[in-house]
Amino acid sequence: MESLQLLLDGFATALTPVNLLYALVGVTLGTLVGVLPGIGPAMTVALLLPVTFSVPPASAFIMFAGIYYGGMYGGSTTSILLNTPGESSSMITALEGNKMARRGRAAQALATAAIGSFVAGTIATALLVVAAPLVVEFAISFGPEDYFALAVLAFTAVSSVLSRSVVRGLASLGFGLVIGLIGIDEQTGQARLTLGIPELLGGVEVVVVAVGLFALGEALYVSSRLRHDEPQIIPVGRAFLGRSDWSRSWRPWLRGTALGFPFGALPGGGAEIPTFLSYSIEKRLARGIAREEYGKGAIEGVAGPEAANNASAAGTLVPLLTLGLPTSATAAILLAAFQQYGLQPGPQLFDHNPALVWGMIASLFLGNLMLLVLNLPLAPLWARVLHVPRPYLYAGIVLFAALGVYALNASWIDLVVLYLLGLLGFAMRRFGLPVAPAVIGMILGPMAEIQLRRALAIGAGDAAVLVRSPIAATLLGLALLALLAPLVRKLAVRRSGSG
Amino acid sequence: MGLRRLAALAVLSVAALTACGSGTESGTSALKIMAPASPGGGWDQTARTAEQALKAADPSRRVEVYNVPGAGGTIGLAQLAGEKGNGNLLMTMGLVMVGAVEQNKSKVTLAETTPIAKLTEEYEIVVVPAESPYATLADLVTAWKADPAKIAIAGGSAGGTDHIVAGLMAKAAGIDPKQVNYVAHSGGGEALNALLGNKVAMGISGIGEFAEHVKSGKLRALGVSSPARLAAVDAPTLKEGGLDVELANWRGFVAPGGLDEEAKKKLIDTVTAMHDSQAWKDAVAKNGWTDVFQTGQPFADFLAAEQSKIKAVIAEMGLVS
Repeated sequence: MESLQLLLDGFATALTPVNLLYALVGVTLGTLVGVLPGIGPAMTVALLLPVTFSVPPASAFIMFAGIYYGGMYGGSTTSILLNTPGESSSMITALEGNKMARRGRAAQALATAAIGSFVAGTIATALLVVAAPLVVEFAISFGPEDYFALAVLAFTAVSSVLSRSVVRGLASLGFGLVIGLIGIDEQTGQARLTLGIPELLGGVEVVVVAVGLFALGEALYVSSRLRHDEPQIIPVGRAFLGRSDWSRSWRPWLRGTALGFPFGALPGGGAEIPTFLSYSIEKRLARGIAREEYGKGAIEGVAGPEAANNASAAGTLVPLLTLGLPTSATAAILLAAFQQYGLQPGPQLFDHNPALVWGMIASLFLGNLMLLVLNLPLAPLWARVLHVPRPYLYAGIVLFAALGVYALNASWIDLVVLYLLGLLGFAMRRFGLPVAPAVIGMILGPMAEIQLRRALAIGAGDAAVLVRSPIAATLLGLALLALLAPLVRKLAVRRSGSG
Repeated sequence: MGLRRLAALAVLSVAALTACGSGTESGTSALKIMAPASPGGGWDQTARTAEQALKAADPSRRVEVYNVPGAGGTIGLAQLAGEKGNGNLLMTMGLVMVGAVEQNKSKVTLAETTPIAKLTEEYEIVVVPAESPYATLADLVTAWKADPAKIAIAGGSAGGTDHIVAGLMAKAAGIDPKQVNYVAHSGGGEALNALLGNKVAMGISGIGEFAEHVKSGKLRALGVSSPARLAAVDAPTLKEGGLDVELANWRGFVAPGGLDEEAKKKLIDTVTAMHDSQAWKDAVAKNGWTDVFQTGQPFADFLAAEQSKIKAVIAEMGLVS
């Protein structure tokens, strides 16, 4: 097979000491920025763009790819330990991961996240080698009506994370939808809900909302309880996965990978939606002990979403390398880096620059291995962060959250928004409103809106376009099924009970 | 102990990261270039290319690029206005900003800046998917005239260069620009996806975004918005196709308002030296830009003419209420 030979050549490129060093720098830096709230891989690569002028292309891309993968790894750490996700794609990990940590299973949660990320990253990179042309065909066949159907499906799927009180869940979701409306409307170019503040024209970034509601809200809530609650010493526990952890993790890893990879390749997919879907699928599939544990720290709820977000990172590279289509913020900046070198990603890139592309792909395999080696021994060490006295710990979180958010745009308005959202996140915790639906609404709402309007515009106002494509019809059918299944089950139970 | 060291390391590296981004003022005057957009776009690319060319022309010079993204550059423009009299600051800008100022009813306008230089131009290209029934621009225009709503046009942000070209084309074809069924995307890449998937009838973007796919045969080029045919892509001009439309997405530098003649001259000299450097010439060729260097008063006159032209188009398209 030709690509195998090319891949071996790629390993030859990536395995030079200098390039290994670049890969190591990349994954370490990536893990670090993933851990810090607000600072993500996109910004890090953007800041490092000037190195493209002095470093040969293969080395630079090996480092950038390491940062990208590393960021996906690192994001889970704070989610699990402190309930303060640093990235929106690791938000779902916090739901079960942090509950695991509170039950003394922090090291297991971190380990399943690290191994799951490794498994997903490796499989997805292998898929990138063998299936890129197929996946890209699928990705470009996705039209706006299909995206709209996808958003509807995601909405119904995440209804399961809305919390026990539907009203509270919907209130939080509605709040997220409103935040998502702020800014310039893409189709008409008109400003909405900006209160005349020009800085809000660009909208509120998802990361500001995620960090504000989750990280800051959590920090404020914890500090408000400091004098009430006895500080509980959380046992860190054994570092490695037990037999039952393994057997409960491997299926979610694979399912998460299967979800994440194609979503990453979709130009409107992103890393968040597959984590939502993975979480709700694992919840629905949970049986026995897992079913009881869901909501109290089920390992499946960490393994699946973590695998999904890493697989999506590899998926993103498919349209980037084969078509020059960036499908995430980081990919857009990688595209800029390609252009700095005078390279145009696209159909010709694989033919014209095989050494570069295959070197980068080989380095993804190596980077994944490095990340595992780096993160697995660190899991128990990270878990000891929980022993840091809470005032210092949460003060540090507030500091880094503010620093990260300010560094996004160097805008003080972002900081005001961050603190307001932090107060709101505190109030929501205080009054028992779940915060996850707000962030989900903010991500899915604008996507559903823009794609619906695009689909209708392309169909010249004919609503039938929404179900005409087979993909859209299937996705909407699944959504309907997800909605009706509980009702049908309830009816069936009632009938068998009475009959 | 280990933890404390780790935390210290984290703080240090973050400090280093942010220092790269914003930097601090010190002793000698570093020239700052603001790219009023996210990293990766045309303005950012222009700013970073200029940084490299300036450093190549004079290795002792300190140049710093920073990004102020949002709202077609009007947020950066507002910040620039706050730097009145600062002779060490340049901002990249261009046609899109002229449109955005009108569309967002920005309180700060380009009148509050000091025009320094026009640098480059990039022309727009009109394409259809390979499967499209329209072989020529004339075919497309016939169908467009018959039912404007049926022809969905994919392009970048609402009110941006692509949208303006769509409006100008409609006007030239005798279609009410308000009837244009324009489907805005966050950028040329997203619009490209709609075209490759054969979801829309036609697409408009900068030549760089589509050229590769025209060459590979996935898109068919029907026209370019230049006065004469271009070497970069095998396509007739829009004029040849029967639509009297010509538009260049130009980019340039402005400085804060309130500069005295001396400070203005110094900046123009700096930018002229940058333009004359080999590094700049290479970058222009590499990026497929057209060199349209123009400084001082001629650029100011050009800017004024563009403002009234764009203002009229945007109003006709119903983009300003």
